[in-house]
Amino acid sequence: MQSQIIDPAKTDLNHHHTAEETASHHEEHPDHRIFGLILFLVAEGMIFMGMFGAYLAFRALLPVWPPAGTPELELLLPSVNTTLLISSSFVMHNADTAIKKNDVSGMRTWLGITAAMGIIFLCGQLYEYSNLEFGLTTNLFASSFYVLTGFHGLHVFIGVTAILAVLWRSRTSGHYSNEKHFGVEAAEIYWHFVDVVWIILFGLLYIL
Amino acid sequence: MNIPSSIWTLLIGIALTLVSLWYGQNNHLLPTAATDEAVLVDGLFNAMMTVSVGIFLLVEGILIYCAFKYRRRPGDNSDGPPVFGNVPLEALWTLIPAIIVIGISVYSFDVYNEMGGFNPHDVHEPPVAQKPMKMPGSAIAATLSDTPPSTAPNLNQQKSEEARLDPATASVRNDDQIPQQRNAPGVGVVAPTIGSSPDKQGKPPGLAVNVTAMQFAWIFTYPDTGVVSSELHVPVGREVMVNMTANDVIHAFWVPEFRLKQDAIPGMQSEIRFTPRIMGTYPLICAELCGPYHGAMNTKVIVETPEAYNQWIQEQQVASIEELNQAVAVKPADLSPTEFLAPYTSNLGIQPEILKQIHTNHH
Amino acid sequence: MTQAQLQETANQPALIEEPGVRNWRDYFTFNTDHKVIGIQYLVTTFVFYCIGGVLADLVRTELKTPEVDFVSREVYNSLFTLHGTIMIFLWVVPAGVGFGNYLIPLMIGARDMAFPRLNALAFWIIPPAGLLLIASLLVDAPDAGWTSYPPLSLTTGQIGQSAWIFCLLLLGTSSILGALNFMVTILKMRTPGMTVHQMPLFCWSMFATSALVLLTTPVLAGVLILLAFDLLAGTMFFNPTGGGNPVVYQHMFWFYSHPAVYIMILPFFGAISDIISVHSRKPLFGYKAVAYSSLAISFLGTIVWAHHMFTSGTPGWLRMFFMITTMIISVPTGIKIFSWLATLWGGKLRLNSALLFAMSFVGMFVIGGITGVMVAAVPFDIHVHDTYFIVAHIHYVLFGGSVLGIYAAIYHWFPKMTGRMLNEFWGKVHCALTFVGLNLTFMPMHALGMMGMNRRISEYDPKFESLNFLCTMGSYLLAVSTFPFIINAIWSWMYGPKAGNNPWDALTLEWMTTSPPAIENFDELPVLATGPYDYGMSNRNTEVDVPLADEREPVLAAGPSSVLRAEPDPNVAANPEDRK
Repeated sequence: MQSQIIDPAKTDLNHHHTAEETASHHEEHPDHRIFGLILFLVAEGMIFMGMFGAYLAFRALLPVWPPAGTPELELLLPSVNTTLLISSSFVMHNADTAIKKNDVSGMRTWLGITAAMGIIFLCGQLYEYSNLEFGLTTNLFASSFYVLTGFHGLHVFIGVTAILAVLWRSRTSGHYSNEKHFGVEAAEIYWHFVDVVWIILFGLLYIL
Repeated sequence: MNIPSSIWTLLIGIALTLVSLWYGQNNHLLPTAATDEAVLVDGLFNAMMTVSVGIFLLVEGILIYCAFKYRRRPGDNSDGPPVFGNVPLEALWTLIPAIIVIGISVYSFDVYNEMGGFNPHDVHEPPVAQKPMKMPGSAIAATLSDTPPSTAPNLNQQKSEEARLDPATASVRNDDQIPQQRNAPGVGVVAPTIGSSPDKQGKPPGLAVNVTAMQFAWIFTYPDTGVVSSELHVPVGREVMVNMTANDVIHAFWVPEFRLKQDAIPGMQSEIRFTPRIMGTYPLICAELCGPYHGAMNTKVIVETPEAYNQWIQEQQVASIEELNQAVAVKPADLSPTEFLAPYTSNLGIQPEILKQIHTNHH
Repeated sequence: MTQAQLQETANQPALIEEPGVRNWRDYFTFNTDHKVIGIQYLVTTFVFYCIGGVLADLVRTELKTPEVDFVSREVYNSLFTLHGTIMIFLWVVPAGVGFGNYLIPLMIGARDMAFPRLNALAFWIIPPAGLLLIASLLVDAPDAGWTSYPPLSLTTGQIGQSAWIFCLLLLGTSSILGALNFMVTILKMRTPGMTVHQMPLFCWSMFATSALVLLTTPVLAGVLILLAFDLLAGTMFFNPTGGGNPVVYQHMFWFYSHPAVYIMILPFFGAISDIISVHSRKPLFGYKAVAYSSLAISFLGTIVWAHHMFTSGTPGWLRMFFMITTMIISVPTGIKIFSWLATLWGGKLRLNSALLFAMSFVGMFVIGGITGVMVAAVPFDIHVHDTYFIVAHIHYVLFGGSVLGIYAAIYHWFPKMTGRMLNEFWGKVHCALTFVGLNLTFMPMHALGMMGMNRRISEYDPKFESLNFLCTMGSYLLAVSTFPFIINAIWSWMYGPKAGNNPWDALTLEWMTTSPPAIENFDELPVLATGPYDYGMSNRNTEVDVPLADEREPVLAAGPSSVLRAEPDPNVAANPEDRK
């Protein structure tokens, strides 16, 4: 309880203040939150960069890559999955455009489609896992493959959860509007991030 | 007496320079320089020490001087002069350190080159597989060579096991978790780190020694003569090439008197070259944390005359044959060698057939 | 209800005696006030410092004699592993975050950090992570060193090693969240009149630190995740038996852990700049050079990591590249040191505990810096790598540097944080004991390393015994030296003389509010009447008619130094050149 009392945004005293102060302090400051989110994604990106770096180092240092006996990866399903994920980014952008025009139901539709596409992507990943001929510890390539795609899959899962959370909240009318839509914007930025990471990942694991 | 401050500055500068030069040359902080490379490193160190002493005395001198000269006098509550900076002065103390470190870099570069750091084989071209090198004690290293697994009596393996079963260390080795004895493919990266010095480049080294590091022992194999030893003997004045790898975890080969250190990494092969110049017995220390007995993982390097070295080699050859015979003779008569060794070999990845071959070769 | 009343009165500055005094219970709650969080950080990390110090003294006790006679070899390895991990990840790194939390909003005239709840969360991750690590000592302590190089870390105890990895992942998360908060706060929440060139240098150095944390800590998280897979799931990333490569771990580990050294020292570079300027009563010499050198160190710090791996089989050209970048880092560091000396030169030094610690910092850090250049030289590093020379070097940087910096900062900002003065006499005793103890402990290690004593060993060649004995005595002295401080701090916090708002006559914004500051720091947006280091300017002590900031008037919104004004107010302009 104490933390609530101290929380500057919630005391009556502060509401009294906000009336006469510049907007920067006590209002919700979405610009800071988006900026914070972007910095957070920079950090997240560095985790992936680190793992990609390690993958490339293993690749460069092993005389034979992938190690002998690694079966060829099936390309069809992952390509479909990739297309799905990339197009979901555009769908997601439509949701953002919709809410900027104050069109909540439009936003809900687009968000719903994005979430569905994300879920299909995850199912596709699981299907691919179950049909692969190698396991987590088969060799270095297999381990890298599972850890990298798995870690990315975790991010997709979080992204889908975020979108579903936004959908859930948008049931309350007025929760999101053209003025106030941090949740939608944050989920969108996060979704684009997940998408970009996948493009690099796909290039590294399947194409290169 | 009223000596102008510029004279003082000059005098202090001269004194500082003299003290730095003297201490830089007479610090006696490093042990005997027992290889040609060590002499180069010491030259570099003394040069750096000279500069360092100068900077150290300058900074500490200014601090102490300020503390006395500029301390606040009682009752004085005023402020100092509002000096916000001085661009030429700042440029000066950016430039001078920059020049000093560039100088040190160039000198280090030169020393490193003289030591043989820029061996043309340095890049990741894998001459590994082609090298006629064999470290039988090491399951990993063995796979580095293309030659089929040797069926010859394996003294190195035996020494390795003796060290392994030493009651002092056996209890803490976590044998089941150590990857060494499983038959694993090596990465096969060669990292020649201190190669031959430019004047010796392209010539074969005077002597090659293979080193296998393991928890918590060093095993030296002399490929020319087949001698296996737990001490490193080298003749004075001949270039030595040490090939090393490790069986289990990372170790590091360090002889302080040689000023040389190289990690022995499992799955990798590293090599260094050096030319001993002063005879003596020096410690060879494992310098990379390798487990509880890390501090005890020491042995000796003996730099001796070529005659003494040759004699030692001969003694070793004789001894090793005797030792091998004895090792076989000692086994209880009622057990076959396979049965006798079964408890040890089961988790070592040693096939019974290999043992059988050893057995037949010697009887 | 007490809280609400406090807030109310806090908006009438200087009307009550102790406006920001907190109930002690607040410090045990999920409080979102940056000042509470700052003190939570500092006290918690100091507790961890004491634990890490006890471990260090146990290590030194073992090393008093050449034989293994005090603890077993396994326990010895756990001791130094935990000592290193605790001192780095639970003391110096979070202590910098603690000062940042307390001071940055005050220094830039903000009411709190940008994300107060995230801030509290970042703090509350730390105690459980620390307890987890220490608890592992009871079950199966990690004993592969604070670097945990595989394959060794894969072969020692699995539980302890997992605890270590998990603890570091938590602490890394906390550190990233903290850094993110600092970045946003410094960039977005400065009081409107404050340009980046009017920020106190502590803010600059925290900015540089946060940038480093954001870019490098995640890589550590990445490598630890891979290591955890090797350890728990049987993958072979760093295990040579499966084709893995242990050197890749080292690269990724040092990609974070070298910048970690700058993460640990940069905040105190900033703090020292502030402290030296205030107590020598002179403007900081070369403000911009000192500010930008932090950024330069931060950038260069990300491209030097492999100098920890000169003996790991890195190819020659790579060694040369990392040698040169490492050498270049000494240039911005040198700029800072010489600027501090020039600030002291000709000042009116108030030689109190804070300044004495700050001057010791400069004197000791310079030793760590010099040996740093030495070990950057590849041929010499090949000799001293993994020896006591490196131990000496790192302790001159992290003890002679960071820890003395932390003490200087505590003596300097204690009056602001608690509203009471520390006892000067015991402060000086503390400084003298620490200074002697530190040199006695770490100076002989240089010689030991060069003569041939490797690190992380519990038994050594008897010829090193006398020097080791000196080191051990020094470490006991260091332990003793903390008692005057602890007693002084506790006693002064409760009964010390009242400090007043600005006991040091300092000019930065944190001194412009009450001590301790009220809950939201400032009643109105603070106005910059002077630059942060305008000591010695003639009109500083005279009453100046400072026009108040007025949000309703765009031209006045940002105060007298606002860039919005065509002409800065000549009475009070922040830039001395614009003054009458």
